[in-house]
Amino acid sequence: MYSKDGVDYYIIDGHTHFWDGSPANQINRYGEGFIKCFHDYHSNLSPDEYQWSLPEFERYSEEKMIHDLFEVGYDDLAILQSTYLTDWFVNGFNTTAQNGSLAERNPGRFIVNGRFDPRDGEAGLEKLERLHERWQLPGVKLYTAEWKGDSKGWKLSDPWAYRYLEKCLSLGIRNIHVHKGPTVYPMNRDAFDVADVDDAATAFPDLRFIVEHVGLPRLEDFCWIATQEPNVYGGLAVAMPFLHSRPRYFAQIIGELLYWIGEDRILFGSDYAIWQPKWLVEKFVDFQIPDDLQGEYGVLTPDAKRKILGLNAAGLYDIKVPA
Amino acid sequence: MTLLSEVTAALSSVRDPELDRPVTDLGFVSRITVKIPSGVRVELRLPTYFCAPNFAWLMVADARDAVAAVPGAGQVEVVLLDHFVSSEINAGVAAASSFADSFSSDDLDSSLASLRTTFERKAHLAASERLARALLASGVPAASLPSLSLAAASSSSPAGAAAVARRRERLGIVSSWAFCDDRGDPIDAARLPQWLRFARTVRVSIDGNAGFCQGLLETRYRAERAKYSPQDDQNLTTATPWTSPWLPQGYGKDLPAEA
Repeated sequence: MYSKDGVDYYIIDGHTHFWDGSPANQINRYGEGFIKCFHDYHSNLSPDEYQWSLPEFERYSEEKMIHDLFEVGYDDLAILQSTYLTDWFVNGFNTTAQNGSLAERNPGRFIVNGRFDPRDGEAGLEKLERLHERWQLPGVKLYTAEWKGDSKGWKLSDPWAYRYLEKCLSLGIRNIHVHKGPTVYPMNRDAFDVADVDDAATAFPDLRFIVEHVGLPRLEDFCWIATQEPNVYGGLAVAMPFLHSRPRYFAQIIGELLYWIGEDRILFGSDYAIWQPKWLVEKFVDFQIPDDLQGEYGVLTPDAKRKILGLNAAGLYDIKVPA
Repeated sequence: MTLLSEVTAALSSVRDPELDRPVTDLGFVSRITVKIPSGVRVELRLPTYFCAPNFAWLMVADARDAVAAVPGAGQVEVVLLDHFVSSEINAGVAAASSFADSFSSDDLDSSLASLRTTFERKAHLAASERLARALLASGVPAASLPSLSLAAASSSSPAGAAAVARRRERLGIVSSWAFCDDRGDPIDAARLPQWLRFARTVRVSIDGNAGFCQGLLETRYRAERAKYSPQDDQNLTTATPWTSPWLPQGYGKDLPAEA
């Protein structure tokens, strides 16, 4: 619980990773390019005192992660989003099993989300079922732009994707996080296109679709579909760090989101280890829309901040928030 | 005008389709070499290794076309550096083959033309919103906007109206209205407020991306910039010395809103 000026904030960090991007785990130049690209994001948007060197960033220890999230950071609970990328990393970038064992060693601190890839066909459906049996997944994280052999991506509206979403529904996996965000994947289609989320959200009203990185760099497309689909949410990972380097831009993003989808459907995420929750939470709680933009966007109330930082995610993940 | 300055001017007509800015302002042109006796080589670089190949292709191909149209340019070579599909794009553009033919993927969106149109429409929308904002700031009543002509808008905001006109020209939209849709039809009074509200979101998105991409480019090439010395430019060519730095002046700060 983070407290400031008499207000308590229960923090659910909706987007964290325990990855291995080290050279020993890289298969090819794509894996190397991937972690370097992440590191540029980190370097460009982090305050000086939170900068890590590339070797530090490629692979970090469990102790460091626990320290950054829960000891100096204010996370009460963190969601581990699985990211396989097995065409680029020998053991995967961070798999459900790796995340699951981290969670088991640190009870009460993590939620583990799994993943699926509809291109795995029938066998993958069974695999998802086994993964769920083992880890009791409340959600999945999907990368529609992930490479698989010759395929450079898939869509949520593909017939096979629907089979997997039906499976999620029957297993009780209700939170579907979809990466639609800044370029980190090689792709030759417009992988930021959120139209497929629109289709799936209409077809599966009982599932919740959390669009990670609020569709950036296509914020307007995300806002447009989210206004029409009540089960579409926005994850703030990647948008958060603009708090430091470009606060006016952050004000505009959050202002647009408040206008189009409202304070009940926005979720905080640090995207650790790209950024750290300590400074993000501190700056977000202290943040206000600049005076000259308040005419357009209004203000960000402490109540809205409490929802964004934890209460909204608690609702989606059935977390009892301590009084 | 020297050949070098003509090439530079030609490159400034090439825009990042998504960011709606000239590649020269964005710092995407890293080097121009004028060869003796003839020939021009242009090097482009992007903010990340994984920037979308379709946009990268458009910029490389547009740059090649723009420079090739400069009289006396001779043999033109445009290359993209440090990108995961640099070699495919460079070879494909040099051979004037299509984007789809250069990638053997099973799920390719082959139509770059429709991608370009999508983003030119967004650019038109964002420019319209900037115009509306400028008009309101100069005292034009909101109620008059739906029936305003572009010519009338131009007398209150010449730069804003010109920016809208430029985007329409690229899209082939012919309209005398200050605010019109993709077909050139006016936006009626009942629809205009919400139309402009969405246009604002588009504008915020485009401007924000431009800033983010610039920051990433700056971070990515920080080391090169530190190593750069104007002497390097002297060595690029035995013709006119190229004196542009690696990054445009004021680099790393937010670009001013473009007119």
